[in-house]
Amino acid sequence: MFITNYKFKNQFIKIISNLFALIMNAIDLLMRPLQKIIGVRRMPYIFLLPNLIFFGLFVIIPLVVNIFFSLTGGTELYISNRDFSGLRHYQTLFDCQDYFNPNSCNEDYFWRGIYNTITFVFFQVILMIFFSLLTGVILNKNIIGRGFFRSVFFFPVLLSPVVVGLIWKWILLKNGILNAIIESNGGTAISFLTAPGLAMSSSIFVSIWAHMGFYTLIILAGLQAIPPNLYEAAEMDGTSKERTFWRITLPLLLPNLVVVFVLASIKGVQTFDEIYVLTGGGPGTATSLIVQYIYTTGFAAAGQVQNFGLAAAASMVLGLVLLVLTLIQLYIGRDKESKTQDI
Amino acid sequence: MFNLKLIIKATTVVFLSITVSLISSVSFAKTDVRIMWYGDGETEGVAFKNQIAKFHASNPNINVIVDEVPYKAIQDTLPVQLAAGEGPDIARVTDLGGLAKYYKDLTPFLKDPSYWESSYGPFLKWYRLPGDKTSINGFQSTMTVTGPYVNKTLFEQAGVNLLGAGATWDEWAIAANKVASKLNIAIPMGWDRSGHRVAGPAISMGAKYFGADGKPKLVDSGLKTMTRMLYDWHQNGTMSKDLWGSVSGTTYHAPNEWWNNAGMVMMMSGSWQINRFSKEVGDDFDWWAVPAPCGPSACTGMPGGNALVAFNANESVGKVMDFLASKESLREFIGDVLAIPGHLDLQVDYKTDNPLAKHALETFAGAVPTIDSIAFDLQAHVDNRILFNATISRLGQAIAGEMSLEEAWVRMDKDVTKQLKEKYGN
Repeated sequence: MFITNYKFKNQFIKIISNLFALIMNAIDLLMRPLQKIIGVRRMPYIFLLPNLIFFGLFVIIPLVVNIFFSLTGGTELYISNRDFSGLRHYQTLFDCQDYFNPNSCNEDYFWRGIYNTITFVFFQVILMIFFSLLTGVILNKNIIGRGFFRSVFFFPVLLSPVVVGLIWKWILLKNGILNAIIESNGGTAISFLTAPGLAMSSSIFVSIWAHMGFYTLIILAGLQAIPPNLYEAAEMDGTSKERTFWRITLPLLLPNLVVVFVLASIKGVQTFDEIYVLTGGGPGTATSLIVQYIYTTGFAAAGQVQNFGLAAAASMVLGLVLLVLTLIQLYIGRDKESKTQDI
Repeated sequence: MFNLKLIIKATTVVFLSITVSLISSVSFAKTDVRIMWYGDGETEGVAFKNQIAKFHASNPNINVIVDEVPYKAIQDTLPVQLAAGEGPDIARVTDLGGLAKYYKDLTPFLKDPSYWESSYGPFLKWYRLPGDKTSINGFQSTMTVTGPYVNKTLFEQAGVNLLGAGATWDEWAIAANKVASKLNIAIPMGWDRSGHRVAGPAISMGAKYFGADGKPKLVDSGLKTMTRMLYDWHQNGTMSKDLWGSVSGTTYHAPNEWWNNAGMVMMMSGSWQINRFSKEVGDDFDWWAVPAPCGPSACTGMPGGNALVAFNANESVGKVMDFLASKESLREFIGDVLAIPGHLDLQVDYKTDNPLAKHALETFAGAVPTIDSIAFDLQAHVDNRILFNATISRLGQAIAGEMSLEEAWVRMDKDVTKQLKEKYGN
């Protein structure tokens, strides 16, 4: 039996290797004359071509189409049927008497989305860094069940945002699990998701819960990269634990914290699905973020005129914000890389 | 290395099998007709699939594929699919006028177009574009009427008398509050979060929805009165902010969960709930449909319902629609799902022994003749959703405290103007 299996396996491997050789030979037949024609130096572009085609199809072309949509009006989806409207949609978005009062803006939903997103990102990022750092420092110590706790904190990252939203909705609803516990202990039910301030706080909390594991991992990697001899030297000098943290851990962890800051900011600005499932953007528009505005303006509102142009213009504005954040991230990454090379 | 003979033999067998299967599939080709369907509860889906099974039995050459989707997909996904030139052959929709530009005229493919005219006449115009007076694009799978239900058991327990026909919204609100405070019920009154639900009561208060030129005009004294009432009810606790506050914008929300658990005294919804209440509430308490409360101008609900409409017109689609719109098929379907038929000459034998369901069916069917003409015109208007959406989204913001009610009224009109401008370009 074993011999038969072994023979079969060997035969199978042979067939596969022959097939592979056949394909490689075929490619070689094509590549050799090509290399003769375009030269060795240009060959890398040929190898990059498949990836570039995908990048063009799924990134560049949609981007160009989006720009075109933002400059055209009407309700038609096909580009050929849309009328050129210039910068009208951008003017609509920025038509405000007072930028700090959304009610004075022509497109008030857009500005509410902007302010809600700023509030959300501001608190979410600060708290995210704080809790990730705290968790990272604790999980870096030799505590019992360290591996288990690392998995526990990372687990929510693996969940779909819709699942996260639904789970927390069932917990936080007025007639949800948490209020049932509060009421059974003699308390009064709290409107976690339907009182404006509390809804935003709940959204921030849920978002931190869902993503903290990922940032904790980055911080944990940074903590483990700090040379232990620095701590040993500090201990020999009789440095207090607080001073060690502030003078050794934090400064050496700073590059990781900056990465966490930028990544969390980008992710925060892009937040949509989990909050949409959790609060639907309500009450009113208290938790309606900028991506939700784009989604509802372009696609979602039943029976509403689907304003693809306005949605495209808003997504261009969002794209610019994300571009700035990405450039910061690249700059930091490059800076860090050059410092490593200097060492 | 390779057994060449074996490879040749195997290839020949594969090619032969493919050829044979292709030939057989051509000779017994079936035409596919795809239907996008949503159901209010499980019963509707089962009843509809029964009809499709019967159709298959008598039309083996037409393969009807039913894609059962959530209502949200009909609202949000279908319009985008249609705009992209995709979409099913037939769909069950509620935005009857809004999708009219995508409907196809079935007249050339119907067995007897005069049957459609005589059976569905007044509703056919709901699916037509302005100026079109002849096309047959679909039929009402159910007719609905908006109106309130009360928890009669709670009224009896609280010793508060039910109000009769002619009672106003204010009087009902007072009665619901009395019951709630006596029995410590969380929510006196809950409404579906929908501009369509607000429209009937607003018309009762005198809202016209159209200007003197016949064009949509949302905010007037009638609409102001009704929206003020809803706003005040949210402030004084008659309605809970937890219901409408759990979503934003134009998102629909029904308070069934609270109602089913007897956490609400009065619920403003419509006839489509009868089947759900029969299943979900049963006889846990007496859910009682009451006549549409009155305002100074009328005592009306809104007509509505869902229609099966065609996005593709051909012989197969015509056959499917002819079958589903036939008296026999519709009678059975309506009898199963406990709905009001949108057919002018249909005697239905409802398959229920539930006296509450029977009473509700009688109440809503009896309300049809009292529906105000403005309500019918509004339901038939191609842009009615723009008016409904502006109402509910801005009222929701005012209730959440993001703007005053006065600001919300200004925004409602602005939203309507803006959307119409984007749609028609003037």
